[in-house]
Amino acid sequence: MQPDNKPAANFGQDAAVSENVQQFITFTLGEEEYGIDIMVVREIKGWTETTMIPNAPAHVRGVINLRGVIVPIFDLRARFGTGVTVPTNMHVVIIVAAGTRTVGLLVDTVSDIISVDPKQIRDVPDMGVPIEDQFLEGLVAIQERMVTLVSLSGLFGMSAESVKRAAASADAAVAA
Amino acid sequence: MSVTSEQETYPVAQFRKTYFEECAELLDALQSNLELLSSGQEDEETLHAIFRSVHSIKGGAGAFGCTDLVAFSHTFESLLDALRDNKIAATQEIKQLLLRASDALADIVNAARLEQQLPPNFAADISIAMRDALQSAGQAVEAAVGSVATETKSLGEQKYRIRFRPHTEMLKKANEPLLLIRQLRKLGTLSTEVDSSGLPALDQLDPEAAYFNWTFTLETAVQRSAIQDVFEFVEDDCDLEIELIEAAAGPAETVASEAGGPLASAVAAVSVAQSIRVDVDKVDRLVNLVGELVISQAMLTEQGLGLPADKYPQLIQGIEALAQSARELQESVMAIRAQPVKSVFARMPRIVRELAATLGKEVRIVTSGEMTEIDKTVIEQLNDPLTHMIRNALDHGIEPPAERAAAGKPRQGTIHLSAAQRSGRIVIEVSDDGRGINREKILAKARARDLVPAGASLTDEEIDNLIFLPAFSTADVISNISGRGVGMDVVKRNVQALGGRISVRSRFGQGSSFTLSLPLTLAVVDGMVVSVGRETFIIPLVAIVENLRPQTADIHPVVGRGHVLALRGEYLPLVYLHRVFSIGDAIGDPCRGIVIIVQSESAGRVGIVVDELLGQQQVVVKSLEANYEPVEGISGATILGNGRVALILDVARLHEIDVRGAAGRLPTPDSSKAEPPKDLIHAA
Repeated sequence: MQPDNKPAANFGQDAAVSENVQQFITFTLGEEEYGIDIMVVREIKGWTETTMIPNAPAHVRGVINLRGVIVPIFDLRARFGTGVTVPTNMHVVIIVAAGTRTVGLLVDTVSDIISVDPKQIRDVPDMGVPIEDQFLEGLVAIQERMVTLVSLSGLFGMSAESVKRAAASADAAVAA
Repeated sequence: MSVTSEQETYPVAQFRKTYFEECAELLDALQSNLELLSSGQEDEETLHAIFRSVHSIKGGAGAFGCTDLVAFSHTFESLLDALRDNKIAATQEIKQLLLRASDALADIVNAARLEQQLPPNFAADISIAMRDALQSAGQAVEAAVGSVATETKSLGEQKYRIRFRPHTEMLKKANEPLLLIRQLRKLGTLSTEVDSSGLPALDQLDPEAAYFNWTFTLETAVQRSAIQDVFEFVEDDCDLEIELIEAAAGPAETVASEAGGPLASAVAAVSVAQSIRVDVDKVDRLVNLVGELVISQAMLTEQGLGLPADKYPQLIQGIEALAQSARELQESVMAIRAQPVKSVFARMPRIVRELAATLGKEVRIVTSGEMTEIDKTVIEQLNDPLTHMIRNALDHGIEPPAERAAAGKPRQGTIHLSAAQRSGRIVIEVSDDGRGINREKILAKARARDLVPAGASLTDEEIDNLIFLPAFSTADVISNISGRGVGMDVVKRNVQALGGRISVRSRFGQGSSFTLSLPLTLAVVDGMVVSVGRETFIIPLVAIVENLRPQTADIHPVVGRGHVLALRGEYLPLVYLHRVFSIGDAIGDPCRGIVIIVQSESAGRVGIVVDELLGQQQVVVKSLEANYEPVEGISGATILGNGRVALILDVARLHEIDVRGAAGRLPTPDSSKAEPPKDLIHAA
């Protein structure tokens, strides 16, 4: 990640133009916009009631039945330590492959798909926000918006390599 | 599909896999038949069965070019053959030799399977001992090295030994031995051995002379005359001996199972055992599908309950019929996966034998209930804990012979390994007649390591259970057998991961007995659906003793331990589910809710306080750990008829959690609204 001030103004339409372009799905938590690597995203669904897990930390919202698979739902806002989401029907769950696990991330809305040249990803400055550095991968400026890229490996305590591998193998499985 | 194309491209790899799968079964059969033999059952049938196992292993080994395996199994087979023909008596030494040979054979098969190289002199001592035994009985072993055994035996085969020594004249008449050998091979299964000892040094070599002798072993259905016909034109120019060494096998059944090679025995399996070989993955897929079906069926049933029966009588009947069929289908599918525990038990005698020899102890193992059936996934997971328990019994339990004799016990120790089905669970017991648990030593050790608070008085049972604590070992010297302290706690964890329990009973000086209790299957449980506040939980029906709503007078507070319930003169600890799991809006009062009395091996009888019983249902167990992490007090999850997830309680652990939590609640033992103890909150 090199500090580079050139803004990235690529949108979804011109995806896959360059081999180097990485795509992210962006979502919001309150006023903030975040991005997550599209390769790990399995599906996006509306919020449904969860079954609570006893004595779990506040950011674990319980588990849901995703076509016969038990999937835990994590409240990303609570994970970032910026309060607890009060979910409504308008809230969205992003199902992602985190390593070998399938988990759901509870967010407010999903907004966009952005294409980013990795060179345009900047390090996260110390903004004094309570979000731990390990959860974030970098910042990227899209026109006037600032998108914070979320690190799935940081969130689930895995090496980034294992996330990529798992995502690749999941894709291979889908392709087959 | 990629799998299919791979099978088409690499059929050899597929056959090879099948062969080694069969080898595992053959080795198991071999092992258990040898056990029978050494326990005195020396009838012909047992010997035949032993011979067949080794023979089939050899047959396939040739086809896959495993020369070590062919050589060893050939010698082994010859010895068995001689034994079968009563040329060698089945003495104790021979039986021991056979057992050692079967152990070595298992190792060689394993090395061949993994394509590993064995040490050059592997099992050479056993091979030599077998040859010696044969020679002393006047039986020469025809070397099997170089023999190509592509066995395709059919009905009524006979075995001939053909000695063929061509004269120089034969070659001069332009007869080519190779052509004769090819001709012979067409008659049946041929193994060839060449004696090249007559070959002179190169400078003395007459290129036109005949130096080689051949010995052929031919398994064929044709008559002797047909063999002679092959040599018809060279009869006068060679020495030829044709000797019948094995007459036609009698009943078709024997022949069928003797036939080597995966293909042949697959055919045999169909005609004899009426069974087919199915990939476990296929069965698993079936099990999963049936699981989904059961969930859908439960959903339909739930919807059907809301329908007026007089309006839709047929629909409701249909739903009932569906429920019945779904249940039967599920049971049938689970039965496919069930296997006798024999496959695991059969490996234990070897472990005992080897370890007893290493430790200089005399130990025999007695097994019973091997035919008890249990789910395949459970069986696979059973090997490690069982092995460890057996090793533990041998290392710590059974005393050296001298010590035993001094204590007035037989020099030979006995380990009993038994399996039985008891009320929906499999109970496996490993007991020994050794020295038992030395409680003083255990307690001293535990105190020294601060595992037990000073001054605490423990019951005998509690002391015995200390051995399941992590990093606990009483062995004075750490041996490489057991005693590193990575023992019984790992066993306990493994067993718990299977939904099982382990407990120990011991009498000092008389032995110990470990009892494993495991669920029959991991995939489906009959459960009681209960509610606490807005949450729904499943309690496995096997654990439930009874349900009741007690009177206020029956509930007694116990300082520091919450409440107990007086039930027919017994006091049972009460576990408030809403408190253990910190659930709001629960009724909380057992006299207004329901107390479910559950029984478990480790926690005994405990009353679980819930709000309401919602009904009884068969549920498909899903893993919570697959995408999350293990949760204390929860053994798994399932999907209810309404599509929602419900968690399945681990009743044995609930009390443990509660007791630990109670320590934190000490000052306010009565407060049912107490905050959950901090240590129950999972770290992120």
